[in-house]
Amino acid sequence: MKRRDFIKISGAAALAAACGPKGAQSGAGTVNEGPGEMLMRENPRNGDRISALGFGCMRWPMVDGVIDQEAVNEMVDYAIEHGINYFDTSPAYLRGQSEKAAGIALSRHPRDKYFIATKLSNFGDASAEASRKMFFDSLEQLHTDYFDYYLLHSIGRGGKDAFNKRYVDNGMIDFVLEQKAAGRIRNLGFSFHGAQHEFDYFMELYDSGQMHWDFVQIEMNYVDWTHADGVRNVNADYLYAELDKREIPIVIMEPLLGGRLANVPDGIARQMKEREPQMSVASWAFRFCGTYPRVLCILSGMSNMDPLKENVQTFSHFRPLNEEELEFLEQMATQMMEYPLVNCTDCKYCMPCPWGIDIPGTFQHYNRAITEGTYAQNTAQKNYAKLKKAYLVSYDRAVASIRQADHCISCGECLSHCPQSIPIPDQLRRIAQYVENLRQDKLP
Amino acid sequence: MLKKVRVALAWVFWIGITLLLLDVSGVLHTYLGWMAKLQFLPAVLAVNVAVIVALVLLTLLFGRVYCSVICPLGVFQDGISWLGRRGSKRPYQYRKELKWLRYGVLALFVIALLAGIQAFVAFLAPYSAYGRMVQNLLQPVYIWGNNLFAAWAEKAGSYAFYSREVWLRSVPTLVVAVVTLVAIVALAFKGGRTYCNSICPVGTVLSFFSRFAMFRPVIDRSKCVHCKACEHHCKAHCIAIGKDTEKIDYSRCVDCFNCIGHCKTGALQYRFAWGKETAGQASQESRRAFMAGTAVALGAAAFKGIEARAQEGAKKLDGGLADLLPKQAPQRETPLTPPGSKSVKDFYRRCTGCQLCVAQCPNNVLRPSSDLEHLMQPQMSFERGWCRPECVRCAELCPAGAIGKITREEKTQYRVGVSQVNLAICVSACGKASCGKCAQACPSGAIQMVENKGNGQLMPVVAEELCTGCGACEYLCPVRPVSAITVNGRTQHI
Repeated sequence: MKRRDFIKISGAAALAAACGPKGAQSGAGTVNEGPGEMLMRENPRNGDRISALGFGCMRWPMVDGVIDQEAVNEMVDYAIEHGINYFDTSPAYLRGQSEKAAGIALSRHPRDKYFIATKLSNFGDASAEASRKMFFDSLEQLHTDYFDYYLLHSIGRGGKDAFNKRYVDNGMIDFVLEQKAAGRIRNLGFSFHGAQHEFDYFMELYDSGQMHWDFVQIEMNYVDWTHADGVRNVNADYLYAELDKREIPIVIMEPLLGGRLANVPDGIARQMKEREPQMSVASWAFRFCGTYPRVLCILSGMSNMDPLKENVQTFSHFRPLNEEELEFLEQMATQMMEYPLVNCTDCKYCMPCPWGIDIPGTFQHYNRAITEGTYAQNTAQKNYAKLKKAYLVSYDRAVASIRQADHCISCGECLSHCPQSIPIPDQLRRIAQYVENLRQDKLP
Repeated sequence: MLKKVRVALAWVFWIGITLLLLDVSGVLHTYLGWMAKLQFLPAVLAVNVAVIVALVLLTLLFGRVYCSVICPLGVFQDGISWLGRRGSKRPYQYRKELKWLRYGVLALFVIALLAGIQAFVAFLAPYSAYGRMVQNLLQPVYIWGNNLFAAWAEKAGSYAFYSREVWLRSVPTLVVAVVTLVAIVALAFKGGRTYCNSICPVGTVLSFFSRFAMFRPVIDRSKCVHCKACEHHCKAHCIAIGKDTEKIDYSRCVDCFNCIGHCKTGALQYRFAWGKETAGQASQESRRAFMAGTAVALGAAAFKGIEARAQEGAKKLDGGLADLLPKQAPQRETPLTPPGSKSVKDFYRRCTGCQLCVAQCPNNVLRPSSDLEHLMQPQMSFERGWCRPECVRCAELCPAGAIGKITREEKTQYRVGVSQVNLAICVSACGKASCGKCAQACPSGAIQMVENKGNGQLMPVVAEELCTGCGACEYLCPVRPVSAITVNGRTQHI
């Protein structure tokens, strides 16, 4: 049975089972259990009551390269109405348009109804001038005179040296501390991608009193918990333990690995549905993160109303996982590692590729084929011709031919931008070779 | 009855060949490819003796049924003239044979064939004219229709239809196609088979045999009342009914059988009547051609750079796609003709410019040439794809034998071109970026990256004897609009 069919059947079954007075289905996968209370978490350090589900503003819909503001307004209104009060953006997101769109949508609501998190994303030009301008631009874009949560964006990789270059040598640390003293930053933290020793350095800064982190944002989900590559990216269980030990509130990013944990391979989805026929696959990932008490907020980059409604459901009737369920997810993560998936979360930090390759588009298409089982493995396979055509046609639909993997020249400029440390050129070459083998009927 | 059989067969051939020229699925040629192989001029150029003999025998037996059934241009004209004569009671009348035009054109045609002036040949040849009209004017509409289905299929998650690119391959050929269409429609609308009987060289050649045809429409004097109904409905203008005379010019009769249906007295019959008419003489065409080789001056490869790079230093934003300049074809000293063609000369000598390979090329490599010398005859270029190793579709299809039939394995032995590097714009050789794409992509391992002693950068070098000219390097080269590595044709391919 194809995954899609399976979901259809299980969805129908769920609907039949739920045909009570409140049995209307909403969202894509989770059955509506009626109105509930959004799960709230209190920040022990300042008493902020924050929704456990935060709105990540990195994946809003774009039409011809411009954010669909109307869709954003609708989603933000729904989110606030249903108790979501934490919005996380950055000056770099969505080709630089995320903050502005967030500002337009949020400023239609009273400022005390929501918390704004944004970042100092000085990746390109780390000069003091440009970095300060970025800070003040953010205030203006977001129609506010203070940020509730402000992050040094994506530090870790390159360790101390990279950190010093972006924040210390240019005096930006002093600047943000001044802003904090002046009340324009209420909470100062950082978001992290990197290896264990790189994380340890920022904890040392904290322990020695050189830096006071009010919160830290980490990538956490049931795969990264113990299955991050361990070399360039540290496991999330380590990060959580270190922060928990110091009682630092944690914000979670990539709880779904860019949607990959909402769309898991066929066999895994089936096992989840057998346990929770009425809950979406994604809900497992959210429940995993929400089970850990030090977690303040779980960010989800919802791109349309369907996942938004579904996630609101998950968090309005939140059930933490028990020990046995956590063990089950660990098994699922182990099984998932056996699929040749590319560890891409579609964050688009690698883009634009100077040579025009659509890197995340290529990876997303490849992962989708594997997850949905529409992936030819050898020429003797049943349905080989059909699978071959499906892969090649859908590839051309997903990615223009001049932007496909075969055009990558392996210049390596993307490597430093990838928070997941994916060896992008190698992976592109692997996919290009797969496609070439498919075209020539030479699958090994 | 006869007319019904004729019309039914004509529909079958006409739809088959038209679909063959329109098809983008890559499926139909397996089933319909033989229809193209029956076309007269391509068969002559392919020295396909079996088909030539069969067609001559067919004509000797039954007259010019080829013109009414097998020739797609003939059937197309029948359709146009049907539109043009609707409602008219006496649409046609006898006309004298325009001998000077008919034989003049044939003579010029043969001279052009012998002299290798293929543009003239392609312009006049009926199958080429039809292929040109369909490929240039109808295939875009067909593909747009296909793309509409593809959009629906995409929404429905189906792979039954997928989108194909519509692009202008050659302006001169498009113009010629439009001129052809206008001329054919203008001649056929009121004039019936005027083109076939005064211009078409294939029609003229077949007329030599059709005058001796064993079966032919014959007027029974005893029954004929000289009402002229047959004359007025003969779209070939070949029936002359006088006060007391009746005559059919079998050299022009295409056996459409319209006359038989209009004869109220039953005086007209299609029957065995060998040896009644003895005029004219047969002429067999022999085929020998040579081509004037001229070198096209090699313009320096375009020097435009690639500068579609992300803003460095400035604010790094996430997402978006870098602009890419469309690729431009380089100047090629020798044209590239497909694997399966033995040499450039041989290819252009045989090709009738029917556009079948152009219409079918799944990699968008083939397009009609715009050079005066080879106008409308195909050539290869790699702006939209390269000549992939698993594809031999054009070789399987070519009805004229210009592209010989080859297998995938045999394809690797055809060396149609050789790559050359323009080090001045190669991003690796200039040290602009680490590349090596061409070396990595080359399916025959003909390209290696070696150190440039001058600046220490890696540069691609080509082992000429290994290079097949497939164009993978040129297509995938990141330098735009003109690639830093380009393929030049070889004159001899095997």
